Amino acid sequence: MEPISTITGKAVVLPVENIDTDQIIPARFLKVTDKSGLAAGLFEAWRYLPDGAPNPDFPLNRPEAAGATILISGRNFGCGSSREHAPWALQDYGFRAVIAPSFADIFRSNALKIGLLPVTIEQAIYDELVAMYANDPQMALSIDLAAQTVTLPDGRQVNFPIDAFSKYCLLHGVDQLGFLLNQAEAITAYEASHPQPVKTTG
Amino acid sequence: MSKPRTLFEKVWDAHLVRPETPETPAVLYIDLHLIHEVTSPQAFTELRQRGLRVRRPDKTLGTMDHSTPTTPRNHLGIIPVIDPMAISQLEQLRKNCAEFGIPLFELGDENQGIVHVIGPEQGLTQPGMTIVCGDSHTSTHGAFGALAFGIGTSEVGHVLATQCLLQRKPKTCAVRIDGRLGPGVTAKDIILALIAKYGVGGGTGYVFEYMGEAIRSLSMEERMTICNMSIEGGARAGMVAPDDTTFEYIAGRPFAPKGADFEAAVARWRTLPTDEGAVFDHELTLSASELKPMITYGTNPGMGIPIDAPVPRPEDMPDARSRAALDKALAYMGLEPGKPLLGHPVDVVFIGSCTNSRLSDLRQAAQFFRGRKVAPGVRVMVVPGSQQVKRAAEAEGLDRIFKEAGAEWREAGCSACLGMNDDKVPPGKYAVSTSNRNFEGRQGPGARTMLASPLTAAATAVTGVVTDPRTLMN
Ligand code: SF4
Repeated sequence: MEPISTITGKAVVLPVENIDTDQIIPARFLKVTDKSGLAAGLFEAWRYLPDGAPNPDFPLNRPEAAGATILISGRNFGCGSSREHAPWALQDYGFRAVIAPSFADIFRSNALKIGLLPVTIEQAIYDELVAMYANDPQMALSIDLAAQTVTLPDGRQVNFPIDAFSKYCLLHGVDQLGFLLNQAEAITAYEASHPQPVKTTG
Repeated sequence: MSKPRTLFEKVWDAHLVRPETPETPAVLYIDLHLIHEVTSPQAFTELRQRGLRVRRPDKTLGTMDHSTPTTPRNHLGIIPVIDPMAISQLEQLRKNCAEFGIPLFELGDENQGIVHVIGPEQGLTQPGMTIVCGDSHTSTHGAFGALAFGIGTSEVGHVLATQCLLQRKPKTCAVRIDGRLGPGVTAKDIILALIAKYGVGGGTGYVFEYMGEAIRSLSMEERMTICNMSIEGGARAGMVAPDDTTFEYIAGRPFAPKGADFEAAVARWRTLPTDEGAVFDHELTLSASELKPMITYGTNPGMGIPIDAPVPRPEDMPDARSRAALDKALAYMGLEPGKPLLGHPVDVVFIGSCTNSRLSDLRQAAQFFRGRKVAPGVRVMVVPGSQQVKRAAEAEGLDRIFKEAGAEWREAGCSACLGMNDDKVPPGKYAVSTSNRNFEGRQGPGARTMLASPLTAAATAVTGVVTDPRTLMN
């Protein structure tokens, strides 16, 4: 995983609440056995018209959105299915961070694991960003992970929360499995001292 | 005396390999890891790349359910798979399980089925356990007083390699459901009403514990229906304290403890319920006695109404944001605000999914098909949750009731719940579905889903229009 320190880039606003992972990537794109090519299915039903042509009204399809690396969306982003294909698809498309007033638990956890930064901001700041974007669709933002701040287009800085462990892993580009593998002794001790309720092998 | 604890806290504490600190999350031990074809292949790839083995194949079980067809067996007794990508995904799971020594209920196996149906059915799901799966409806298993939740594929890899997960302790929320359900009103209506009341994000960050008179009087299968949709309320997990209903359900199942071991297990399980005086971080309430059958009109499971209520009007919404969300949902659904849903024509009825595909669900649905016909022009799919459910239903003759009425009786799997296999709702068509998600396109591109109970779905199937099941009951 690439270390993350700051993410500076163009933002695109998708002003919808409760965007579920079936919208982010529909189930029929989940038949892959690797992580490649998922960008093609990102927001597929909204990005394309029924005849397959790109929907010119969809924010990601507007010319100003080309090259955007930060997605801004309404509250409870990523609800629904636990599919990690959702953050994979966002990352594959080129997004490095998602900013929203709140995230569904599993999406947030999945995104942190793969280095797609979920940034929670207050609803009022979100509303302001939506308004700013309406005036300037080229709007750029800067996210500083170490300082846990977002610099808004007007220069103001707002803070965002992240747990210390995820922050450390993202800043240093280490993945969480390594930490767990180092717990082997404690895990063995746990197994030796606790009852084993079921054995699937019979 | 030690501090009173909730059910959740007891299970959490008992599985701590390492408690959380300000700097690091807790290391939580996992007793049972269920895997399926869709969310596991990339985790096995990761394992191979790092040269890791599966730490506890004996605490892992695979099944095939999501991308599998549910078309009837051919003359050779085989369920044919024709989609090449699904074939490769199923093949991959078979290979991964064989290589790492993980037991697998594959397509065609007498125990195959939806992952959340087979765990309880086999007696693998027991009180006090931690259970995970790369699937958000793992919350279903919480009905037994287990801590069960969905995880992503990276975490599937973590559990395969270490049998542990890194977790921050969630907050607890008591969900008190008092009163008793009236006739024609079911567990599905309880959970749809709860989500309609508190919204799809209402449970974010919490583990629900369902309690109260209404919950106590429910069967295990009904409790599973409720816990299943905890995730639709935003909660990762939902739990019910184990009681005699739980123990009776588990007794005698293939993986349940036997004889003296069972008695010892029951004695342990009896210590799990929340202690008198334990404190929850939050509380939600609902009265079961006042409930009517529920149905959804929109594009998330929180957009639900009593079946005889009109579709909400944007001008009745409290703020601009919910007005915009309602406008968007009604445009997708092609529904008019202020109009009743009762009597609205329906094209497809789907009875199945990990929410409502167990034997009691099928029995409930069958009562409206007996001696009646599916309404002309309506396609009805009845899909048992597992091969075991299918056989049990056939032993009672339920399959004949469905087939004689003109419904399709299919093989076990997720089927039309998620639009990933061949069972789909066509674009623009209306479905009444016993599944758990009515998101745009969930049941196929352009599909318009209305979630409801098996009773409501069956009543709708025989009339062809959205129907209050109470009107068909004598
Ligand atoms: S039946 Fe539907 S919700 Fe349940 S596991 Fe299958 S796809 Fe998921």
